[in-house]
Amino acid sequence: MDAKLDEITLLNLLRQRDEMAFTQLVEQYHSSLVRLAHIYVQDTTIAEEMAQETWLAVLHGLDRFEGRSSLKTWIFTILTNKAKTRSQRENRTLSYTDLEESVEAERAVDPKRFKDPSADKNPGHWAAPPDSWSSIPEDRFLSEETMNLIRETIDGLPENQRLVITLHDRDELSAQEICNILGISETNQRVLLHRARAQVRHALEDYLQAEF
Amino acid sequence: MENEMTCKELVELVTEYLEGTLPEDARRRMENHLLGCDGCTNYLEQMRQTIRLMGQLREENLTSEQRDDLLRLFHDWKKN
Repeated sequence: MDAKLDEITLLNLLRQRDEMAFTQLVEQYHSSLVRLAHIYVQDTTIAEEMAQETWLAVLHGLDRFEGRSSLKTWIFTILTNKAKTRSQRENRTLSYTDLEESVEAERAVDPKRFKDPSADKNPGHWAAPPDSWSSIPEDRFLSEETMNLIRETIDGLPENQRLVITLHDRDELSAQEICNILGISETNQRVLLHRARAQVRHALEDYLQAEF
Repeated sequence: MENEMTCKELVELVTEYLEGTLPEDARRRMENHLLGCDGCTNYLEQMRQTIRLMGQLREENLTSEQRDDLLRLFHDWKKN
């Protein structure tokens, strides 16, 4: 396939009802949209429907889109707005404040891995420091098993952490874009990302421990 | 006189550090700490690897059914 078209070119082509432009967008973002929808709703069919409804809204909204955000952010925002409306209707309102509290209590690393505050020498320093991963071969990292472990760990995270880490580290959106899409503060975004990443790292560390 | 940063404190600042949002002063203290601490250097490196790997999670390709549904949706819109 040809090199990917940039957003402005894509947008212009799309407005001229160009099928290739639509296909490219769909190839780029549909799976991400379904995955994102799936965080809000359990049912795969409904998640798929929500992504389809998003595309319909994108097509119908093209002429009104003013380019104040990127096309990508706009598309993702349409989806999350739909998802929020739906989960409110189903009485499954995401409560950011509830989650923020539980998140605050968590630490990135188990406190037991650090020396006690009352220790004579170096309190707060590693008692059980992490190993270097530099001797682990690349194909071990990229193996299906490792990738599945990462996927499962992300899937097991609290909903809001899952949303943030998925958008940030899988879909590679910026913090600012994520704040706009999810309607959360920058601080909250960062706390959620921090906790989520810490747990994925921890799962990987446990899993790769067998290497040493 | 600056307090020395502990490992326990450092791990909580890693995201801000990697996102480039850590204030200058804290960043300097963190880098000083890293110079003399293998444990934290490894931690940071593990975190970088973790982030890199998450970016490599393979995207599922669209199924032909998905593609057909979306193209149908597109053609319906185009007709109107």
